[in-house]
Amino acid sequence: MTMQSPFTPSTSGTPACSDHLPVRAGLGLKPQHFTEILATCPDLGFFEIHAENYLVAGGPFHHALRRIRDHYPLSIHGVGLSIGADGPLDVAHLDRLAALLDRYQPQSFSEHLAWSTHGGLFFNDLLPLPYELSTLNRVCDHIDQTQEHLQRRILLENPATYLEFAASTLDEATFITEIIRRTGCGLLLDVNNAYISGVNHHRDPQAYIAALPLAAVEEIHLAGFAEDLDAAGAPLLIDTHGAPIAATVWELYAFTLDRLGPTPTLIERDNNIPSLAVLIAEARYAEELIRQSQRDQTEVAA
Amino acid sequence: MNDQALFAAALLDPDAPCPDGLTTWNGSDPARRFAVYRNNVIVSLIDALADTFPVTLELVGEAFFRAMAGIFVRRTPPRSTLLVDYGSGLPTFIERFEPAHPVPYLADVARLEMLRVRAFHAADADPLTLDQIAQALTDPERLPALRVTPHPSLGILSSRYAVVALWAAHQGLGALSDVDPYCPETALVVRAGLEVQVIALPPGGDTLITGFATGLTLGEAAAQATASHEDFDLTAHLTRLLRFGALSSLSLPTEIC
Repeated sequence: MTMQSPFTPSTSGTPACSDHLPVRAGLGLKPQHFTEILATCPDLGFFEIHAENYLVAGGPFHHALRRIRDHYPLSIHGVGLSIGADGPLDVAHLDRLAALLDRYQPQSFSEHLAWSTHGGLFFNDLLPLPYELSTLNRVCDHIDQTQEHLQRRILLENPATYLEFAASTLDEATFITEIIRRTGCGLLLDVNNAYISGVNHHRDPQAYIAALPLAAVEEIHLAGFAEDLDAAGAPLLIDTHGAPIAATVWELYAFTLDRLGPTPTLIERDNNIPSLAVLIAEARYAEELIRQSQRDQTEVAA
Repeated sequence: MNDQALFAAALLDPDAPCPDGLTTWNGSDPARRFAVYRNNVIVSLIDALADTFPVTLELVGEAFFRAMAGIFVRRTPPRSTLLVDYGSGLPTFIERFEPAHPVPYLADVARLEMLRVRAFHAADADPLTLDQIAQALTDPERLPALRVTPHPSLGILSSRYAVVALWAAHQGLGALSDVDPYCPETALVVRAGLEVQVIALPPGGDTLITGFATGLTLGEAAAQATASHEDFDLTAHLTRLLRFGALSSLSLPTEIC
């Protein structure tokens, strides 16, 4: 018997626009840009925040976000739930997330295929998982619990990794496909992460993306990386979110849109944050590629 | 220990070997790749502390601050996924950190910076309005029985050092060379609107506010402040608190007829 998750999206009917991010480019919201955004209301599809930065009582962050939310769709992206942890999820954290989602009614909530807590400690990094059956069961249980608690479908982001585990018995795309089949969650496809992991593990990122359940993708992330070398002198890319999006990642994004069709896309920048204009230029370029994929699809249909 | 426990322990201990069971496509030493995670954890947490304590960092220099913060991070990793409070243990750590002892006021400057971060993110509340104050003044006999609620963002730091002047000099307000760091100061930190204010309080100000915060009436708190500082000027203190929006409500205890 196949259990249908209550959070599997309905395939019939047209969802209300407000339930989805618009098929446009958005930006990660940074406090240094609050004033300029509120003064100029730039033409952008949406903003995305890190949930944990807004789990505070009041002050300028909420003041700005309330106003920005009045003008833009919003994606809330969690970085601290530790869905891959081998211990239980932090229910107090789920409660805090539920309150934040209730307060801002975002179009999307996403988290990571990773762990970041252990034994009561928080490591502030997205740590890797072995891809085998017991991990799969645990991750699916945690996603079920999260979707129940938040009463909504979440998106899960594919990771950027630097290491693999001897214990892994499944490849990452198969692991993610199975999570999505079992839990009904959506996929946040981070194209930069797909590229980084491809280089770091000497695999073809296009083949990886093609093997993912692309029908479940509801958002794409694009970001920049740093270049390092491993102990044998092979390239090792680091997911810094601290540089412009690389040309190779733009190419992989175009390949992805070709497969996927137009998809809401976030420009992520969390370090070495440039002026808003620089990020808007990247968003404009993403929108050009989204429009291109729309035209290509129309031609195919015609 | 399970796999994540071993991985976690090795993240925080720079001398621990790389955990077993890790592989690389080219057979290269996984320790080099594991070091990326180790570095991400430590550096991102040091960065978070550097954001919270910019003046503390300037007082000792970036290299010293980051080395000190690195030791703090390894000894006291965060226990919450919300990093806004992570620095609250750093001032006490600094006090006991021998290499920082030549800058005896460093811990108190860090305490002031932590109060600023708390005030920045504290709950919003409207400061007392002129109407509310005028209403209270219509019955002067009842003034001593009023209970005064400090703004939720309010914090107080009584220091043996000139914490406010030291902090202000690093904001371009006055020259650092003019500051006598050994002149005791009491700092009031409050965010009535969107901006956090740091104000030096004259003697007795901390007693008055602590009295309000612990539920004493205006009359009781003023009596305590006067008892500890004989030239305590209640009007001047209240005027200052009202000017900075440091008080958010006045109430009379419910009367029983």
